[in-house]
Amino acid sequence: MIRIEPRPQPSRLMSYLSPLIAVALTLVTGIIFSGLVGMNPLDAFHAFFIAPIDDLYGLGELGVKAAPLMLIAVGLAIGFRSNVWNIGAEGQLTAGAIVGGGLALLFYQVDGVWVLPLMVLGGAVGGMAWASIPALLKTRFNTNEILVSLMLNYVAIFLLSYLVHDPWRDPDGFNFPESRLFSDAAMLPVVLEDTRLHLGSVFALIAVVLGWVFVRKSFVGFQMQVAGLADSAALYAGFRRRRMVWIGLLVGGAMAGIAGLCEVAGPIGQLLPSVSPGYGYAAIIVAFVGRLHPVGILLASLLMSLLYLGGESAQMELGLPSAITGVFQGVLLFYLLAADMFINFRLHVVTPTVGAASGKAAS
Amino acid sequence: MKSITIRKILLAAATGFMTAFTSLAASAADPFKIGFVYVSPIGDAGWTFQHDQGRLEMEGKLGDKVETKYIESVPEGGEAERVIRQFASDGYGLVFTTSFGYMNPTIKVAKRFPEVIFEHATGYKSAKNVGTYVARFYEGRYLAGIVAGSMTKSNVAGYVAAFPIPEVLRGINAFTLGMRSVNPEATVKVIWVNSWFDPGREREAADVLIAQGADVVTHHTDSTAVVQAAEEKDGVWSVGYHSDMSKYGPTSHLTAATHHWGSFYTKIAQDVLAGTWKSENIWWGMKEGMIDIAPLNSVVPAEAAARVEEAKKQIIDGSMHPFQGPINDQDGKEAVAAGAVMTDDELSKMEWYVEGVEGKLPK
Repeated sequence: MIRIEPRPQPSRLMSYLSPLIAVALTLVTGIIFSGLVGMNPLDAFHAFFIAPIDDLYGLGELGVKAAPLMLIAVGLAIGFRSNVWNIGAEGQLTAGAIVGGGLALLFYQVDGVWVLPLMVLGGAVGGMAWASIPALLKTRFNTNEILVSLMLNYVAIFLLSYLVHDPWRDPDGFNFPESRLFSDAAMLPVVLEDTRLHLGSVFALIAVVLGWVFVRKSFVGFQMQVAGLADSAALYAGFRRRRMVWIGLLVGGAMAGIAGLCEVAGPIGQLLPSVSPGYGYAAIIVAFVGRLHPVGILLASLLMSLLYLGGESAQMELGLPSAITGVFQGVLLFYLLAADMFINFRLHVVTPTVGAASGKAAS
Repeated sequence: MKSITIRKILLAAATGFMTAFTSLAASAADPFKIGFVYVSPIGDAGWTFQHDQGRLEMEGKLGDKVETKYIESVPEGGEAERVIRQFASDGYGLVFTTSFGYMNPTIKVAKRFPEVIFEHATGYKSAKNVGTYVARFYEGRYLAGIVAGSMTKSNVAGYVAAFPIPEVLRGINAFTLGMRSVNPEATVKVIWVNSWFDPGREREAADVLIAQGADVVTHHTDSTAVVQAAEEKDGVWSVGYHSDMSKYGPTSHLTAATHHWGSFYTKIAQDVLAGTWKSENIWWGMKEGMIDIAPLNSVVPAEAAARVEEAKKQIIDGSMHPFQGPINDQDGKEAVAAGAVMTDDELSKMEWYVEGVEGKLPK
């Protein structure tokens, strides 16, 4: 007989292994599944995981897709670690795109090296301003930051929609809701020749390093970690909860804002009614798959991007419908949650005889 | 995350398998490769469905001379460029990008792949290797308006619309003009849902319009939600769009303004194969068969059906134009003088409501 019982303390090994187990099981499921419907599993594997990145351009695309996820998830993880649940990254991203992109339109055809840094700063400020609303309401009135930050996503998207429909509409654009294309000085430079990999990917890597330093080396990072693990212990130690709420939300907002700016000044090159295919939400998944750890997030964002690219490539090479991407993401999360159970629990094999009640623990 | 039932997965897998199988069979003769980029899932009615019908019709007519592939649910903006480029770099000689938001990405990719030919739907930017195409949707709308105007008892029609861009405004105005040509009392209420495809919001908007007294509802969005909303209410009719949606409203669906891209796709592919293709701005209507209306519901009186038939004939032979004066704008001011007809250029920039449309146009 096998019984599930709680571990005396969470397994460190399992917390590292569980994402790998989940990825492996997802692959196995994919292979069995494609075999069942009569496809060559090797072809399916190739279409999904190799074809999208078998050339330099593909690798560049992986980075283009992963950069915003990485930036946002690193920022969110800092809040999540101290139980600050910022679900509003999509709105903060949009706010960053509005402020940063607005600066690009303000300095349209102004040729100066300061334009781009100003825009990046504007993106960060925009995201932080948007995130400060739930932070203020939380610290003043103890409102629920999940609800407030989530609702503000819609507000930000409508604000952007208003701006591109009227005041910021391209005057030569036949009334279509789009801004002008940004001038060259307002575009992020490409860092890898012949790809779309832009400076935003460098920002993302810097964010990973800074995130790691913050979490591992800084006192505030330590305080936030303690608050996340044991709120009353943090309170007893005199750590200020309000400050953590502010830091958690502002850091998340700044990162999301920069990610938004990088999208509009990178692959998009103008303001559109919608500037993100849901990066703000996907980054929440990335943060958890990456164990809220900057290095984990780096890997998780690459994996998540590969799933997106693989979905497109599977449509092209195998004629699979786009829903298959959603299926794979769902399967991956399912296995991750299942495998995560074994961080706190273990299987205990119990022999039914009373004499051997001590049993053997299979960990 | 979308919920995915096992049935859908199996269906998806089966479709994928079939497509893979047919493309395998066709690859023997080394055919000309043609790619399609779709903005929403194909589904079984709507904008993308009609484009896919066009793709299939072209395949049927040109047989093994061509091989087609599509990618569905490609978000507008930064994502699209990768997908379009993927087609171009994979040896596709002709790529159809079927949504307005693909305009700038199409132009960008076209610059890098001068030997590949692109056709972009509903946009206004072209290049040496980029043609544009759009249909005179408003012709179908005008006829559908005649049907709606003959059937309404409350003299109020409801219109669920996506974005206030010229294409959508032409549709609303033509529908209103059609209604008022047979029923001068008729008015049209509009709700904007700010999305091309959002069944939930489309449904809510339809319910609100019905609650406000509309007894005919129509839509310029991608799903069948509005038709279904009408079907569930007594005494409310619906007018579909893109596709004949009568199977979603067997009793209430009056007709639909329908799109037919097949002959256009076939012609373009033939031109490219023959080497006679050149970049053009194509705007086809009923005369060329790109626009039609679905068979009328049997409840539509014969007299109204005859008027529709007559108007259709006049539009085709050019003796009548939906936007011929006198037309007043919403405030009762003359917008088009008696005897004048709006030019294509004016139509392409339309940003005002005709008399009879209620509510302010969002700017």
